[in-house]
Amino acid sequence: MKSTGRGPIRKYLYFNTIYLTYTRSMWRQNETMFDKEKIREIGKQRERWENTTLPNWISQFPERQKEFRNHSGMLIKRVYTPEDVEEMNYMRDLGFPGEYPFTRGLHATMYRGRLWTMRMFAGYGTAEDTNRRFKYLLSEGETGLSTAFDYPTIMGYDSDHSMAKGEVGVCGVAISSLQDMEVLFDGIPLDKVTTSMTINGPASILLAMYIAVGDKQGVRREKLGGTTQNDNLKEFFAQKLCIFPPEPSLKLSTDIIEYCARHLPKWNPISISGYHIREAGATALQELAFTLYDGIAYIESTLKRGLKVDEFAPRLSFFFASHNDFFEEIAKFRAARRLWARIMKERFHAKNPRSMWMRMHVQTSGCTLTAQQPLNNIVRTTIQALAAVLGGTQSLHTNSFDEALCLPTEEAVRVALRTQQIIACESGVTNTVDPLAGSYYVEALTNEMEEKAMEYIQKIDDVGGVIAAIEKGFFQREIANSAYRYQCEIEEKKRIIVGLNEYTIDEKCPIELLRIDPKVEEEQVARLQKLKRERDNRKVKEALEKLHYAAQKDENLMPTIIEAVKAYATLGEITDVLRKVYGEYKELILI
Amino acid sequence: MQKKIRVLIAKPGLDSHDRGAKVVARALRDAGMEVIYTGLRQTPEQIVEAALQEDVDVIGLSILSGAHKTLFPKIMQLLKEKGLTDILVFAGGIIPEEDVPELKKIGIKEIFGPGTPTEKIIQCIQDYCSKRA
Repeated sequence: MKSTGRGPIRKYLYFNTIYLTYTRSMWRQNETMFDKEKIREIGKQRERWENTTLPNWISQFPERQKEFRNHSGMLIKRVYTPEDVEEMNYMRDLGFPGEYPFTRGLHATMYRGRLWTMRMFAGYGTAEDTNRRFKYLLSEGETGLSTAFDYPTIMGYDSDHSMAKGEVGVCGVAISSLQDMEVLFDGIPLDKVTTSMTINGPASILLAMYIAVGDKQGVRREKLGGTTQNDNLKEFFAQKLCIFPPEPSLKLSTDIIEYCARHLPKWNPISISGYHIREAGATALQELAFTLYDGIAYIESTLKRGLKVDEFAPRLSFFFASHNDFFEEIAKFRAARRLWARIMKERFHAKNPRSMWMRMHVQTSGCTLTAQQPLNNIVRTTIQALAAVLGGTQSLHTNSFDEALCLPTEEAVRVALRTQQIIACESGVTNTVDPLAGSYYVEALTNEMEEKAMEYIQKIDDVGGVIAAIEKGFFQREIANSAYRYQCEIEEKKRIIVGLNEYTIDEKCPIELLRIDPKVEEEQVARLQKLKRERDNRKVKEALEKLHYAAQKDENLMPTIIEAVKAYATLGEITDVLRKVYGEYKELILI
Repeated sequence: MQKKIRVLIAKPGLDSHDRGAKVVARALRDAGMEVIYTGLRQTPEQIVEAALQEDVDVIGLSILSGAHKTLFPKIMQLLKEKGLTDILVFAGGIIPEEDVPELKKIGIKEIFGPGTPTEKIIQCIQDYCSKRA
């Protein structure tokens, strides 16, 4: 009997583990890679080794630790052999690059064809400042822009709001209205670049502004390419830049996915993000499981809009961190790709292979950078970037060595970019696809990552789905516990961080820091207030009323938001309308 | 019985990096202190009000957004106005070394940068409170 794969649907989502397990055991009946007899022989030899060579050696040279574990807490064996992957079925578990289940990579030739996109996150000061940085990056040959917004913009406040004091243009560029967006992309043809925008709560407003700039430039909407992060779910437990409560936040994310599927075919409407989950303290395993769980929630939510899975799934993208444990990270990336492909095929019955593609952007891990001996961060970033490349990423951001101290200076950014270029051009790792496949260790770890992620997913199901888990503080608690454990390990020296708790020196901060001129805030506020005086305020009022009405009616808000930004209604004004309708999120405080 | 040290861990500014604040809060709690955490994005007024209401001995401010030069002086000013000058105030986050003298001048006792062991923060608080008692 074949399982139907349609168990009881829980309120928000139901992850059908049973079906996946069933299918895997069915596959198990097929040929595995290794001859059973030979595996038994290897097992005998291992036992012999464990009773002779090993104890002889250990008695003279004991191991450095009683046990070895990765960040996810998985016990790492002394040595891996074919026994550890005896169940492996090549075609089922690995296959060929560019084919299901995509463990070995999304593309047939991977980096032999095209290198990953080197996309460096940039944004500071006024729109003019960042426009200059963008043009500099473009003149250096970059075609992908990546925008960092300042905190007021991210939180839906205009630059002249009382909460914005001291924050305007400090951690990113300040964008309060279409006027700022026009300056930001002045002289940059939107049909020639792709733009990634790290924005969540107000993502629809920023996307609307981008569309409006495109309209003004005469660029057709089907030509606009780029990404909005737009992953509101992870905000509640990871990045914590939430404006609205969970339900309307999911609705707004879904609006963008639906709108893009219908009107912006080249736009990635969402970047389902594990990065922030990891940076908040989660382990690699938690990052993987929680991110996939969010992904499932977005698919379920979009299906309810009447779209078919193959109409929108190919444009979903993912974003992961690359931390310090080299093989753990590589296994995570490979397991993520395989698990997502299986979920899409088996749970959501996707037909288009592109719906099964987990396209990913990776950023090296900011929280691993130390303020002490900051040049060491270049080495950390190199190892992390190499893991991302060996894990088969599509796009990569490498952090700059000074980021534990300030926003990166131009010199630090250049070294970070050069790190990627050295891996790409000099290391030789790009010459073949998925070079670590078949390593007993990497494959065993990839399998373990996938299996344990499935267990976690089941656990979240038992809590009642993603929104219930957020409201009960499940994710928050899990992540805070991991973060605290990590810190304790550092303080007890169970985990050595070079330059921090070992190999330390007395030092004065040796590097030059980037500072934002306080004049930025004055200039930005002056421009905004001038706009508010000079625009057609009757038109603004009408547009905002229309938006208020649409929000109450539960319509897709993208069209009315586009109208509002074109009338030069500001980001803060639009967000305020939505705050009135949806209310504001009140943080669940726990330590 | 000795009264437990009461600490307010507060997050001014718009940034949402609460990993450090929460780890410090938990470490202080594990060291036997009474810890109140404000949650994210508190205005200077809200922080000072909470300190007053909760009758704390210590305030720990965590900020990573770069707005410390705007927000810390405001908090210290409000504490002064409310007569709460005997509260020990320390801070952590991404705060450039060259800003430290200025912040100490307005009354912030210690600035704990990234990588500070929690043990050092605990020690600093205990020393201050025992001297005061």
